[in-house]
Amino acid sequence: MAAYQNLFTQVQIRGPIERGVALPPGEERDGRGGFSYLLGLVGNAQVGPIYLGFLGVASAICFFFAFEIVGLNMWASVGWDPVQFVRELPWLSLQPPAPEYGLSILPPLAHGGWWLIAGFFMTSSVILWCIRTYTRAKALGLGTHTTWAFAAAIWLMLVLGFIRPILMGTWSEAVPFGIFPHLDWVGAFSIRYGNLFYDPFHCLSIVFLYGSTLLFAMHGATVLAISRYGGDRELEQITDRGTAFERGALFWRWTMGFNATAESIHRWAWWFAVLTPLTGGIGILITGTLVDDWHGWAVAHHIAYST
Amino acid sequence: MALLSFERKYRVRGGTLIGGDMFDFWVGPFYVGFFGVTTIFFAALGTALVFYGAALGPTWDPWRINIAPPDVSYGLAIAPMKEGGLWQAITVCAIGSFVSWALREVEISRKLGIGLHVPIAFGVAIFAYVTLEVIRPVLMGAWGWAFPYGIFSHLEWVSNTGYMYVNFHYNPAHMIAVSLFFTTTLALSLHGSLILSAANPGKGASVKTPEHEDTFFRDLIGYSVGTLGIHRLGLYIALAAGFFSAVCIVISGPLWSQGWPEWWNGWRNLPIWG
Repeated sequence: MAAYQNLFTQVQIRGPIERGVALPPGEERDGRGGFSYLLGLVGNAQVGPIYLGFLGVASAICFFFAFEIVGLNMWASVGWDPVQFVRELPWLSLQPPAPEYGLSILPPLAHGGWWLIAGFFMTSSVILWCIRTYTRAKALGLGTHTTWAFAAAIWLMLVLGFIRPILMGTWSEAVPFGIFPHLDWVGAFSIRYGNLFYDPFHCLSIVFLYGSTLLFAMHGATVLAISRYGGDRELEQITDRGTAFERGALFWRWTMGFNATAESIHRWAWWFAVLTPLTGGIGILITGTLVDDWHGWAVAHHIAYST
Repeated sequence: MALLSFERKYRVRGGTLIGGDMFDFWVGPFYVGFFGVTTIFFAALGTALVFYGAALGPTWDPWRINIAPPDVSYGLAIAPMKEGGLWQAITVCAIGSFVSWALREVEISRKLGIGLHVPIAFGVAIFAYVTLEVIRPVLMGAWGWAFPYGIFSHLEWVSNTGYMYVNFHYNPAHMIAVSLFFTTTLALSLHGSLILSAANPGKGASVKTPEHEDTFFRDLIGYSVGTLGIHRLGLYIALAAGFFSAVCIVISGPLWSQGWPEWWNGWRNLPIWG
């Protein structure tokens, strides 16, 4: 009964560093790579090498600028006191411009100008990284599924910080930088528009968020359960199904009358994960632009009570 | 008859926990077993009670049907059926059917000779449910603190319970749980994308290998957790999301009854700031 359930790696072996599949001519990886015992307990022990390239470096620089602008603004807000900076850090913020600045491109730096610049660099960083997922996939001859999934997350980010503020006519509608401040924004947003729980696209987004977590628990648990038959070799099981995924499929068929396959479970996974920010972005986009009061909307459509 | 092409050779006897061969059979694609019988019993009874509760209520609109727990004044007593007793009976049926389902999964796993990861993972979800509906109400002294059964009524419970603690986003365990839900969804999208991109490289190209998977992630972020590791990681963070969800609600009330924003004054008042 007390069998090894393959929850961690018991014996780690160390071979030479894997350099990876050959890159197209002219492209080179950076770093020699090394090993980490702790990482090796759960997954591969090897760390690196990495391919930086123009896009990677440009993305990292943009991220650094965004991070520094946010951090330095927060530090300035406590009079450059390092102790107060750490103490107050969770409360500190970099706020978007006030409503009177509308959509002006560059309000005074201390009145939201820095927020716009930080947002520009953060957005640039994320978009450059997204393009990078495309070029890295192409360099190895892979499909570009990662890029489009990443684009779904960028959609939600842009709705929150760019598209919806433009539709509302002011940057002040956007989310501030900061730990508690962004949580305050979320809470205030829901209260202002009559409780986002009544927003059907918010409902859908949560369903896909919880559904994604459920799917990963189901899929991760299934593959670990069949790993004694080589179930972690998913590409092999997709192209030449073996006893591992036959057992995995039958487990679910016998449990709930339906099963995925080695390939289709990843399509379920991809769509659930991607639909989370897609539906969430729609839910945010139509709030304040099309619908001002979600509770009133729910009452008007007879799905909630007025009290 | 509902058999997959390869299914017949797997349909063998054995692996049951209770009942020997008595319930060791299938109905269509479904395995039955002793716990299949108890699942059907609890699920059918619970569903019938939900319909009875709906019939007593003001609406048959599925969005608005609501079966509420007893009023807080009943404490932890058994309430009359129409005063929340229905909710109590339905909760017993729900727990009975969830646990039966988990044990049925154990039997199926044993029959197939595979690990018990799925029923154990499902156990974490059951634990989160029991925390909400039993453990926290018991700690707080009344069934009335549990959430009601209904689509929008349970959302309203979440909303109201959150505002009882002023801003639930400040609950540290809620922060961890939400972060884990987002991280799990991110990891799922990356894993799904990676497998699909290797299996579907485009017209005319041949299917790629795990070496391509590892190389893609090493090139991208400098580390690939690997084909086995991603399933461990995915399972851990998914279960941790459920576990911390249970923690974040069970500490709200039994451990901390003020607003969650105030809890962080403890950080500001640490003696280290000088």
